[in-house]
Order: sequence, then C-alpha cells, then structure tokens
Amino acid sequence: MSIKSYIIHCEQDKKGSLFSELQKLSNCEVIPAQNHEVIIVVTDTDSDESDNQLYNQLLEMKGLKHMSLVSGFDPK
Amino acid sequence: MVQNGIDRRSFVKKMAAAAAMTAAAAMFPGIIFASEQLENLPNGGDLDWKKGPCRFCGVGCGILVGIDKGKAVAVKGDPNSAVNKGLLCVKGYHQTMCIQSKDRLTHALVKKNGTYVQTPINEALDIVANKMKQTIEAHGKDAVAMYTSGQSTIPEGYVASKLMKGAIGTNNLDCNARLCMASAVTGFLTTFGADEPMGCYEDIDYADYFITWGNNMAEMHPVLFSRMLEQKNKRGAKIIDFATRTTRSSMASDKSILFEPQTDLAVANAICYEIINNGWVNKSFVEKHCNFSKGLTNIGYGTEDKFNFNDQPAGINFEEYKKFLEDYTPEIVAKYSKVSVMDIKYLANIYGNPNNRVVSYWCMGMNQHTRGTWMNNLVYNIHLLTGKISQPGNGPFSLTGQPSACGTAREVGTFTHKLPKGVVMNPKNRELAAKIWKVPVENIPSKPTYHATEMFRAVDRGDIKFIWTQVTNPLVSLPKTSRYRPGMEKDSCFVVVSDVFPTPTSDVADVILPASWHIEKSGLYGNSERRTQHWNKMVDGPGETMDDAWMTIEVAKRMGYGELFPYSKENHVDEIYNEYRQFHEGEKHGMAPLEVLKKESGVIWPYVNGKSTQWRFNAKYDPACDNGEDFHFYGKPDGRAVIWQRPFEPAAESPDEEYAFWLNTGRVIEHWHTGSMTRRIPVLHKAMPNAYVELHPEDAIKLGINNRDMVKVTSRRGSCTLPASINERGLPTKGQVFVPFFDEDLLINDVTLDAFCPISKEPDYKKCAVKIEKV
Repeated sequence: MSIKSYIIHCEQDKKGSLFSELQKLSNCEVIPAQNHEVIIVVTDTDSDESDNQLYNQLLEMKGLKHMSLVSGFDPK
Repeated sequence: MVQNGIDRRSFVKKMAAAAAMTAAAAMFPGIIFASEQLENLPNGGDLDWKKGPCRFCGVGCGILVGIDKGKAVAVKGDPNSAVNKGLLCVKGYHQTMCIQSKDRLTHALVKKNGTYVQTPINEALDIVANKMKQTIEAHGKDAVAMYTSGQSTIPEGYVASKLMKGAIGTNNLDCNARLCMASAVTGFLTTFGADEPMGCYEDIDYADYFITWGNNMAEMHPVLFSRMLEQKNKRGAKIIDFATRTTRSSMASDKSILFEPQTDLAVANAICYEIINNGWVNKSFVEKHCNFSKGLTNIGYGTEDKFNFNDQPAGINFEEYKKFLEDYTPEIVAKYSKVSVMDIKYLANIYGNPNNRVVSYWCMGMNQHTRGTWMNNLVYNIHLLTGKISQPGNGPFSLTGQPSACGTAREVGTFTHKLPKGVVMNPKNRELAAKIWKVPVENIPSKPTYHATEMFRAVDRGDIKFIWTQVTNPLVSLPKTSRYRPGMEKDSCFVVVSDVFPTPTSDVADVILPASWHIEKSGLYGNSERRTQHWNKMVDGPGETMDDAWMTIEVAKRMGYGELFPYSKENHVDEIYNEYRQFHEGEKHGMAPLEVLKKESGVIWPYVNGKSTQWRFNAKYDPACDNGEDFHFYGKPDGRAVIWQRPFEPAAESPDEEYAFWLNTGRVIEHWHTGSMTRRIPVLHKAMPNAYVELHPEDAIKLGINNRDMVKVTSRRGSCTLPASINERGLPTKGQVFVPFFDEDLLINDVTLDAFCPISKEPDYKKCAVKIEKV
C-alpha cells in the first residue's frame, strides 16, 4: 500500500522511447523533464509484492541508466 | 493541505511527485518539467484552469491554477505565456500549497495587555484609522509611515501612494524593492533618463553570449536560465558566469570567472579600457547617441543616521574618459580583482567583437552594492561603447527579484521620491498627480523623506510613531535587524502588519491584519521585462482575510478621505487600474487596456496602437523615437545616453585581522525571500529546512570545521550560529562565507551592515566583515 517517487536517469537520446514505455505501465505516473535526460515516476501499489514487482519491472526497462528513490509514503 | 475534491491518496501522489521534482532541481541546474504532469493529476480533466502570474520572483512566469470545487488543487505553466512557454520551476509548481497552512492568519489580531485578541476586521480597521489620525494630530503627518512591497499588486501600491502622498500629504512611503533594485532604477535614470530594461526576454533567443554579473540565475531565475540553456544546446550560445561564488549557474555555464568582492567596478572599467584601447568602440553610435559625464567621488556609505548625498554630474569629453581609464588596465586591475589579465581580455573581446550579440544579466550582486548605481552605469558603458543595446540579442538587462518590483514599486512609484509618473520634486509631476487624484497640488510635498533603511532608523529614534507594513517582512529582510527589531518593539511606535502568515515582523505588531493571498484576490503585477499581467480572483480566502488594497481604502474612508477613494468592493481593482493608467498615457509608457490584459498572458509596455514595444529606444521597434535617427534615448532631454566615469572605491567594511572573512548573503532555489510562504510548503521546507554557512574547503580545514559543525558568524553588529556547508550547494572563494537569508530562526541579517549606495539608498547585503568560529 505504498506510493513512491523515483528520479530516472535515461541513457543518451532514450528519454522519448523510455517515456513511451513507462506510460504503458499501470500504477505509474510519468513526468519527463523538458530539458534534461530525466524522468520522474510516481508508483502507486496496493501490496509489497506488487511494489517489488513494479520496481523490478522499472529496473529492467531499456534506456534506463540509473534510478533513485526520492520518497516513499504509506497513505493508509 | 488535503482539500475537498481531492482524496488523500491522490494528494500523497502529488506530494511524491513534488518531492522528486524538487530533488531533481537540486541535482540539475535549470531543470524544468513541462505540463505533461497535469495529465496525471486527479480530476485533471475536470479542473477549471485560471490564468495569472506566478507569485514568486520577478521573471513573471504565466501560471494556470486548477480549481476544483472552489479550491486550488494544481498549478501548471501557462503555455500561452511568452515568458515561460508552459515551463515552471519548483517554487512555481508548489506555490498554492502554502495557502491553507494551519497557522494562516484568518482574522485580525489586536494586542491587548500584551496578548493578541481575535477582533472583527472592521473593528481592527477602526483602530488602525483612529491611531493613524491621532498620531497625525498629535505629532504631524510625517510621524506616520507605510512600508509596502514589490509583491504588492499595482492597485495595492497605487492606493497606498494616493493615501500617503495625495490624501495625508506625506512622502513617508517606501517599499522593500528599495532593498533589491533601487540601484537598477538610479542606474537607468542616470544613464538613460528612463527606468526599466530596454529589451525583453526574447533577447535570449538571439544572443550569442550571456554574461551574468554576480547573478545565480539557475537558482534565482530558473526558467530564464533554462531558456538560456536551451539556446546553449540548440545554437551554441555561451554563458559566462562572473561572480564571487561558484554556484549552480557557474557549473552549468561555459566559463566561470571569480572576482574579489567589490572589484566588479574595476573589472567593468578594465573592459571599457580594452574596448577603447583595441579600437572596438562603435564610433558612429557613440558620437550620435552618447554623452560623457562624471560625478562626485568618495561618496560615503550611509552608515550614519540622516546621511545625505546629492551627486553633482559634470560633463567630460571622450579623451578625459579615456585618460581616466588608464588606471584600469587589465594588468593593474588583475592585481586586486583576482581576475586574470587573460580573463579580463576574454570578457572585453566578447563585448568588443562586432559580430557577437551579447546580453548582460544581473540582479542582486550588482544592485545590493554600496556603489550599486555606479555598477549599473558601468555595465551600460560597455554596451553603449560597443553599440550593443536596444536590439534583439544585444542589451544590458537588469532582472528584478519580486513579481511586481517593476509594475508596482517602480511604475506606480511606492518609493518616497516617486509618484505614479515622475518624482515628487518635479512640479509638473505633482500637478498631474494632483489632477488625477483630485487633491490640491499643495497636498503633495516636494521633498522625499525616508528611504527604507532610514525609515526604520526613524522608527528606532522615535521620529516615526505609526508604521503600517504590507506584503513584506522587514524584520527578516532588512540589514542590521539587530538594531531595527528592538526599534520596532519600542512603545514609541504603533505597528500595523498586514500579512498572510505570522512572521517575526507580525510578532512586534500592535495590530495584525489578515491579508488575502495572491490568487484570493484580483490584481496586476509587472515583471522584469515591462510586462503587465492581470489575474482574476480564483478562490475565496479563509475567515476575514481581505486584499491589501481594500484594507487601505477602508482605512482611508475611516480617516475622512472617502471622496478620494470612490471604488467599489466588487470592482475596485479594475477601477483603480483605469485611474492609474491615465498617468502613463502616450507612446513612451502607454499601458494596455484592461480588456487586453484580461485576454492576454501579459502585455509589454509601451503599448502603442495595439502593439507591445519589445525594444525601446530603437526606431525600428519603438514608435516613441522621433529624432530621425536609428536610436533615440528620449529619457534624456537631448536624446543621448550617458557614459559615466565611475571609479573603483572599496566596500564600506572589508575583512581585517579581527573580522577576517567577507560575508555574502543571498537566496536558494527552494525559498522565496524570507521563507514566510515557501517554508510552509512541506516539500520545499523538507528540501531546504534551515540556513547554513558555506565555507571554502581550505578555510574549513584551517579552522577545523567539518560539514554540519555549528559555526558562529559574528560581525560588529551581531552574530548567528549555523551549520557548516562545505562543497555542497555553493562554493565561496577563499576568505569569504555565504549564508542564505530565508530562515527566520537563523537571522543572518542580525550580522549584516546597513551601508547603502548613496545614490540609490539600496543596502549592500553582499559585503561586510565577519569572524568565523567553530562552536
């Protein structure tokens, strides 16, 4: 039952394609930076299991260079 | 700030996104997030989007505020705004999150027997009006004062000026814009005879070089900086950062050049020396459009009460000016500025090359300077000598810090010497004001009284017995608050504070009036590029909050001036603007009509024949040019701008054996000025919870100081103890420390010096001497 936000650092010239792929994921809000190879992702999951699953899915995405967790909330 | 119509989960998601954007802003100078984020906001499709200007900073970004069931639930950049084209910075995105802070001032508070008692607003306004009237009756009209703001709307500034100067008949009105851009005003007036930049932000799209003079734009004007970075990436435009401290702007620039505090005066002269010595002067431009002048020297620093100075300009010729510059060869200046000969020549070459289009940007570094007017003159000299002015991509551009420092403080004129058009010293300007205000011309005194610093000295001395502050927090923002806080606490002065939140200034008030926040009222601002921006009220304020303009009108009516303030509560903003607009009729300063401002995302003045004037003084763009030449500096009677001979003079206080460090103060990206709003926005507060003192790593090693060690910063005025920051946000030069001033719990202005530029009366917050001790 957590909401987390991440900063995703994209590989050179991959922001566009990565953004498109991220938008296809459920439970994700995606905010690309206008002028840097950076995308913000906010995840919203209903269990620890689905949170881990989504996290691993993000890590495996093509064009993702690095991902760092910024905040985590449990809005129960 | 969980609001109706937005569930807790959605709210937390917004907070999570905001936290990530803030973190990204800390990692990447100038990073901007576009409006795509709004697609994912709760109820995004159903929100009612209202346009307006951003509440924070002088850039004047257009915002769209998403309203759901009468509450502001989202903010996005206005894609129709030519300023920001849909972009916003972290402060901009999160601005509305402060308005429902738990400690919001919602009702008037009146101090009774040492305790604040909630009081109906009408009763509180009665008390204010009666006290003001009684003070005038007992001590004369110059015993009352108002101190307003570059964040006041145009109507708020206008009615304050009309009440004080037209109705009561005192020039005891000044504003906090004195603290941030008064030197820019006097710089413009002495060089061009007309205030405000001649160019506009569109210069960014054309310039080959951006030279930033003591200006950390990545943190202070992030949207403009992102536009510059875009041109850097797209066209190869170059950014040169000239400063006393390495900042995020330096890191994102093509070149960073550091100078010893105060020596920017000498370096600017050295650039002019090089321009002349290398034959890079645009002779035809200078011969046709410029005069040369000098003023008095050794002009003092204003540290004593009742300091007075009047410059005595005298014409000189080009040869005399050239001779004067011989003291400023790169070789001589390099010795004390710590800027290499090569770098001085590099800067001069950028300006001197006729094929380069160059914009110079500056803000507090040049303005908050005991020779701030001179510094502004000197940068104009560079642009005038080379003819790089008033053309797309070529020009000097003084940026403002506050959203309506130009629109309200400078154009309406909420300074002691100003009127909505012109100055109190000018009989014709007084006559026009008297005619429009419908008051006898004798009502308006012909002599200015107190500028900001001197106003609070007068409070301390007991000369001012009633002061009303609006939209400002002087007991955090004034220099040398160690004197002015006890001064304001004295029983000799009755203090009225209008504000949205409690502040250290409201803590000393006798009456606290609850003010409407930005989007809870209609209003107009004017930004750095002469753009007037209108917005309609978007949401209701809580409790008995009231806009400052209406509070002033209510007090004026209670004092017996009702006939002069015949405005309606529902429509007073429009009525006041239409009255004010009469002051600026004509091709030189015509303001756009309300119907245009309501439709557009801001309009640049002069607005002539339905069109904004983007580049003033250039006949190609400016219909007010009528001398038959390409350029016409019509602010001066002979149509010529002035190249000023201004020497290097030392700072008011320099490091010595006991106080061995320079203290420089300033801002951070997360916080707006004294932090009274942004520290109530959780995500911004968490990102930057407290002030700190930056040291150079070598100084830190010498003093045995590590990151987070507590360090006492002491001057001859006071001290402040803060955690150390080494190699983090910024990096001061050796022998210098930097402290941001946003934190009311760590008041660095107890330490600063109230020295000011004798011409502009703007204090120098960038230079005083301090000692540093680990505690």
